[in-house]
Amino acid sequence: MTGDRDVQHKVIEGIGFEPTREQRELQALAHAFAERELRPIAAEWDERDEFPPDLLAKAAKVGLTSYAVPAGHGGGGVGSVTAALIAEELSWGCAGLASTIQATMFLVRPLVRFGTQEQRDRYLPRLASEEGCLSAIAFTEAHAGSDVAAIGATARRDGDGYVLSGEKVYITNGGIAELTVVFAKLDGAITAFVVERDDPGVGAGRKERKLGLRASYTGSLVLDEARLPGGRLLGEEGQGFLVAMDFFEHSRPQVAAAAVGVARAAFEAATAYAREREAFGKPLIAKQGVSFKLAEMAMEIEAARLLVWRAAAAIDAGRDAGLLGSFAKAFAADTAMRVATDAVQVLGGAGIMRDHPVEKWLRDAKVFQIVEGTSEIQRQVVATYLRHGWTERPRE
Amino acid sequence: MATVEQGVGGGISFGLTDEQKALRDLAREFAEKEIRPREAEYDENQTHPADVIAKAHEVGLMNLHVPEAYGGPGLGCFDGLLVGEELYWGCSGIGTSITCNGLGAGPVIAFGSDEQKRRWLPPLLEEPILCSFGLSEPNAGSDVSGIQTTAVRKGDEYVINGSKMFITNAGHAAWVVVFASTEKGKGHKGLSAFVVPTDLDGVVVEKHLIKMGQRSTDTSAIAFNDVVVPGSNRLGEEGEGFKIAMTVLDFTRPGTAIGAVGVARAAFEHAAQYSKERIAFGQPIAMNQGVNFLIADMATKIEAARLLCWQAGWLIDQGQRATLQSSHAKRFSADSAMEVTTDAVQIFGGYGYMKEYPVEKLMRDAKLFQIYEGTSQIQRLVIARELLMPK
Repeated sequence: MTGDRDVQHKVIEGIGFEPTREQRELQALAHAFAERELRPIAAEWDERDEFPPDLLAKAAKVGLTSYAVPAGHGGGGVGSVTAALIAEELSWGCAGLASTIQATMFLVRPLVRFGTQEQRDRYLPRLASEEGCLSAIAFTEAHAGSDVAAIGATARRDGDGYVLSGEKVYITNGGIAELTVVFAKLDGAITAFVVERDDPGVGAGRKERKLGLRASYTGSLVLDEARLPGGRLLGEEGQGFLVAMDFFEHSRPQVAAAAVGVARAAFEAATAYAREREAFGKPLIAKQGVSFKLAEMAMEIEAARLLVWRAAAAIDAGRDAGLLGSFAKAFAADTAMRVATDAVQVLGGAGIMRDHPVEKWLRDAKVFQIVEGTSEIQRQVVATYLRHGWTERPRE
Repeated sequence: MATVEQGVGGGISFGLTDEQKALRDLAREFAEKEIRPREAEYDENQTHPADVIAKAHEVGLMNLHVPEAYGGPGLGCFDGLLVGEELYWGCSGIGTSITCNGLGAGPVIAFGSDEQKRRWLPPLLEEPILCSFGLSEPNAGSDVSGIQTTAVRKGDEYVINGSKMFITNAGHAAWVVVFASTEKGKGHKGLSAFVVPTDLDGVVVEKHLIKMGQRSTDTSAIAFNDVVVPGSNRLGEEGEGFKIAMTVLDFTRPGTAIGAVGVARAAFEHAAQYSKERIAFGQPIAMNQGVNFLIADMATKIEAARLLCWQAGWLIDQGQRATLQSSHAKRFSADSAMEVTTDAVQIFGGYGYMKEYPVEKLMRDAKLFQIYEGTSQIQRLVIARELLMPK
């Protein structure tokens, strides 16, 4: 049985809200990258509906695609809270560009928790590659989004490997990723596999055109009798649902952190505008109709960030983060949508013009209420905990 | 009219006459046949819908408020709402382009002399000519008194200098009503209104603006460099410009609000239908309260918004002051449309985010209703003033 050998659990005694010096440095690194490399190109690549070809390598060279890979395998080895600090900064830069970069980190947890030693030795260093490793994780199918259990992709045994068939849709880097963790049903039970781009029968389906996160490639992964050699089963046969739920528990705070980044970007732009724009003889911020909106934005962003940190800290402490992660995801996503909508409003007519970045942030914000578990699914998760009287889910 | 003084209509009723139903059906059919098939493409490519405008003109769905004496249908505000909701249900970008003449011609209809009306209105009915309303400027949106465009009198003429921003149809209009200052230092009290043909020397459409939503409407920046207009192009007296603008906006405000209702209704219909078809966890998602409560709230908001618009339109047709009710209608309808369209995308989940499905466009379109023709914040300001400092 694989274990959490590479994961250090750290329980910090007492309540604290100050990041360590190391965390601040990484946060500053991510912020500088976002400001220098993401912000200047965000509008152009949003318009083009494409990801700039050299950006992943640029991010990789400064460690922004490998920070969560355990140090023993060439990565930064940071915990969830630190990762959340980085995620917020990158999304503050551009959620679309950040989403592509960060997809690499999604594969870390499934490999660390469920991978064999051989799989970890083979794949984790690839994720940490200085050229960047385009990655994906594929659950969704045309008829199965929220209802993961209803997926129809199949797997059958073939010698020491497996043959997979089906199509995954709406996948970040779907069909173009070097490495993809794919969920398919083996004898009717969901099972996780590692699929490589060059495996026979693996192909890219259509590329989607989206409302926002346009610089992020979203497409179909087509598995047409895709033959995987031995060593690609991730976890045990039939353990896939557990792999999925474990993944979501770890990814939700990170996606929530990204939502906080978008909200903060929108809030900062709206506040700066409200200080400068004059109407009726005064800056807009002098009017409560405007300043109260900004005040509410600030409060909600602060609350969202703290919920993210709390969920991430629970993960770092080795505790159940299902309830806390759903709090964070639902609240941060809903906040980002509200904040971005109000930010456009503060800019008035200018807010809907492509000259200003706020309309893009509104288009980007919506996705967070949908991906990684819709805001409705998050409420369902919370409701499940309440119904059972849990604050932490009992571990099997 | 005695009935107006007493504030009495024919009693309270919510039924449309057969004539009104026929008008609404005409508009709905037009929206379905001529607007919907072009909605996605014109949005993607930011296409000015000249062909749809021409068809709407032919069918009699434009220039509804031009009085019969000048060749128009002479419809009141309320009947215009019945048409407006359907056109915007079709596509708010295309709908705005079709109905914008109401705003552009409004100053002429409300304040033009008989001679001015005869000059500017009949041609609108003969051909699909477009006219625009030139109020906003880069530094003056909500704060109309900040207008910097000037009109300097020179003998029998005025020389106009300045630039207007965010003007609907300016890139295709035959004439624009330009609000300019004829007396500096008097703020909004120094404004006057002029009909300015766009083919005059010095009129320059500077930039077609690229927008988040309602992309099939041409929205432009237009500059006036020493544009000379005859004095006979001035509407009303010098200094009446603000009054003219506000009077026209009072009339058109319910028409804009009902547009938000049309967009919200389109989003609601798509979401309700999808929720019945999409299966998850073994049943249509509509079976979950998390989803059907969202839909229920959408429907209530749309119903309430429509009734607020109808009330404002009815009051205007009765000749009564409708400032408070118009502001209720605009503020509530616009904010509701934003909420409803956002929730519609949510109900579609991942599909809602894709351009292949119609709801993300509706969300992008909805935002503008909270901004133009008086932001939701200005509406609240007006409402507060009407309630706390009644005239």
